[in-house]
Amino acid sequence: MNAVGRGLRAFGRFWLDFLIGDTPEIFVGTLVVIGCALAFRHQRAVAMPLVIVATVLVFVGSTYRGRIRTNASVKE
Amino acid sequence: MTSTVVLAVAVFAACAVESVEAFTLVLAAGTTRGWRSALEGAASAFVILAVLVGAVGVPLVHYVPIDSLRVVIGGLLLVLGLSWLRKAVLRASGHKALHDEDAIYAATVADLASSGQAPPRRDAIGFAVAFKGVLLEGLEVVLIVLSLGSSSHHLGLAAAMAAAAALVVIGVGAAISRQLREVPENTLKFAVGVMLTSFGLFWVGEGAGVSWPGKDVAILVLIAGFLLLALSMVRVLTRSAPRPERDAVAPVPAGRA
Repeated sequence: MNAVGRGLRAFGRFWLDFLIGDTPEIFVGTLVVIGCALAFRHQRAVAMPLVIVATVLVFVGSTYRGRIRTNASVKE
Repeated sequence: MTSTVVLAVAVFAACAVESVEAFTLVLAAGTTRGWRSALEGAASAFVILAVLVGAVGVPLVHYVPIDSLRVVIGGLLLVLGLSWLRKAVLRASGHKALHDEDAIYAATVADLASSGQAPPRRDAIGFAVAFKGVLLEGLEVVLIVLSLGSSSHHLGLAAAMAAAAALVVIGVGAAISRQLREVPENTLKFAVGVMLTSFGLFWVGEGAGVSWPGKDVAILVLIAGFLLLALSMVRVLTRSAPRPERDAVAPVPAGRA
């Protein structure tokens, strides 16, 4: 039972690290992209550009956040 | 047809990156603790991963509605693709240290050497390091194979490409031995990040009912767009890179690539 518990905890940690890790904004942003796709799926003219723009914003925002964090740690 | 070729390339490249990382740890365990235990550890992890693909992948393809599967799996691919692409851009622009396999190899060897002399036959430490390395890196491979394979109903092809990538890395790795830094890992990660992000976005849209113009051809357009965007970001971010300190940034430990 102890080994099973340890295995389950390790499995949970793997998923937590995989999905969120040090970039929670990517996880949240992906949920927003999925939400946009589902909410606007009947309006093709809106849905397609919206999911693309949302993904681009998540990528650019997360990368800039990574840059700011790196620069801050170098200054320290 | 277009998406099948892109899928095969994406799985192969992604699995090659993960295989390099796993190979580094098996090599370190084998040279310091003995090859028998290291290979047994790696083989045991391989068996578990193959069972996972069969046990999870086949029911996924047959019993889960394809649209729901595509939304969930597209989301997973987006998370994975965006993380890889973000890291690749930060590394290419000098904001993050490159993933140095030689440094990881040296650190693992030093760790294992300090654990004392290996017994003449089986060694638990060597087994554990190789097992854990292959299992952890392999789990990401399994996710990629299941995601890309089940969403497009090409699970067999995806598994075959992953196995081919592992074999190529083992072959090249055995030939060049410790010169693993010669593998252009960041370039591979950059390309795979672009492909996984594009596939992820495409399948989130398809699964939700958003129709893409040109169907599968839209994947190529998304790939071109994300590639252009990522290259532009490298260009812009390179200007603000902390150059003098760049070499001082510690190498990335295994498993956090």
